[in-house]
Amino acid sequence: MINIKDLKKSFDGFEVLRGVNLIIPANQITFIMGQSGTGKSVLIKHIVGLLKPDSGEIWFDNQDITKLSEKELQKIRKKIGFLFQEGALFDSMTVKENVMFPLKEHFKMSKKEIEEKAEELLSVVNLLEAKDKYPSELSGGMRKRAALARTLALQPQIVLFDEPTTGLDPILQVSIMELIKDLKERYSLTCVVISHDVPLAFKFADRIAFLHQGKILVEGTPEEIKTIDEPFIRNFIESALI
Amino acid sequence: MNFFALLGKAFLKVICDCGGIFIFFLQSFFYFFTRPFRIGLLIKYMEFIGVNSFLVVFLTSLFSGMVTAYQVNIALAKVGSQSVLGGVVALTLTRELGPVLTAVVVIARAGSAISAELGSMRITEQIDALKIMAVNPIQYLVSPRLWAGILVLPLLTAIADLVGIAGGYIVGAFLVHIDPGILTARMIDMVELKDIMSGIYKSIFFGAFLVTVCGYKGYYASGGAEGVGRATTEAVVISTVGILISDYILTTIFF
Repeated sequence: MINIKDLKKSFDGFEVLRGVNLIIPANQITFIMGQSGTGKSVLIKHIVGLLKPDSGEIWFDNQDITKLSEKELQKIRKKIGFLFQEGALFDSMTVKENVMFPLKEHFKMSKKEIEEKAEELLSVVNLLEAKDKYPSELSGGMRKRAALARTLALQPQIVLFDEPTTGLDPILQVSIMELIKDLKERYSLTCVVISHDVPLAFKFADRIAFLHQGKILVEGTPEEIKTIDEPFIRNFIESALI
Repeated sequence: MNFFALLGKAFLKVICDCGGIFIFFLQSFFYFFTRPFRIGLLIKYMEFIGVNSFLVVFLTSLFSGMVTAYQVNIALAKVGSQSVLGGVVALTLTRELGPVLTAVVVIARAGSAISAELGSMRITEQIDALKIMAVNPIQYLVSPRLWAGILVLPLLTAIADLVGIAGGYIVGAFLVHIDPGILTARMIDMVELKDIMSGIYKSIFFGAFLVTVCGYKGYYASGGAEGVGRATTEAVVISTVGILISDYILTTIFF
């Protein structure tokens, strides 16, 4: 479980997060939704310590992540995976080498074991046939799946997905979300998904939180969100369903 | 904004950059000695900065030695001192031209590439991805390059000295027809170990300086593809000018 308490962050005097309070339950898929530029990515980058808040706390594993040094954060980051919007694959490495990279860095395994593990992870995300390709040769969906395989290599407890379906066609969007759901079940993952996609959220989320004007406006199960009578939420949902 | 405010802002930026570059150097320097040791990467970058720069350094120093000998001979002929040509050329090369030209060539060939590669990694979030995978990006990306620069620049400089002197010898002996024995004897008479070592010490500093500046500019690049281009240009300009300025300062310290 992650507990975010009164998180505030400004950039050049502009307040992006104005006191976010949110509990992310374990072993569930939590969607964080909101308009573009409301700070959704900023929020999840705080969870892995890529950004430091101006004030507030983020509790995980009985530790306040915001107070940890870079060295202490490295231990936390082995438990929290992060899937970047564009994948952030190393473009000088093949897909398989990308997946092997965290294994080489953090596990004492033979080269053969590392290769086998990488291939197993690529099979899980249905990308084994592209193992020798470079990221520039992959489609958007394949890049995201390759990045997901690399993220899973460290066996994280939590995976943060920064707009995993953006830029993909509807069929691929559903297939990526089904993969995320499948991985959640298989590895007992806690998943946090940043998205604008209301139908996907209603179909796959266990919980949905709306970030609006720097704060969590509402939070609940998809069924609860559907019945909430709040003008911004209604407008957001209805606009998405037109 | 008035003139003084702009001046103050520019001054503060320079101060911040200098502080940032120095901290970046210290981190890159000392992280190399933390686990996991990056010996494989060190060798890879020694090849990239050193072996792959060999031909350019060879050609640059050969022709620099030749043109220096040619020009100095004209000047010496006016005062009838052509016999010291070998010594003058060797001194010029070992003290100044060898280390400075080598550093400039390495900046152009490897420094710009370091800056562009790190800048590209920064804007495509690959550096953040390293952090997320609990890998220290400076230790992984910059430390091995820094140490490769520190170790390889003196070797390249020694080669540049040797090749440049050989170029000067070719011009002196075969083009302006100075007795080869006198050329060689004056080189041995006039060049001391201190002259050679001052150039080598300079090259160690230049190696650290150019990798730090180019690495820093790339590592903190922002603003998309244009930002990477800007960072690379700034890296090349700052490290080249910095090396010429620091060369003067180091010369005054050594002699």
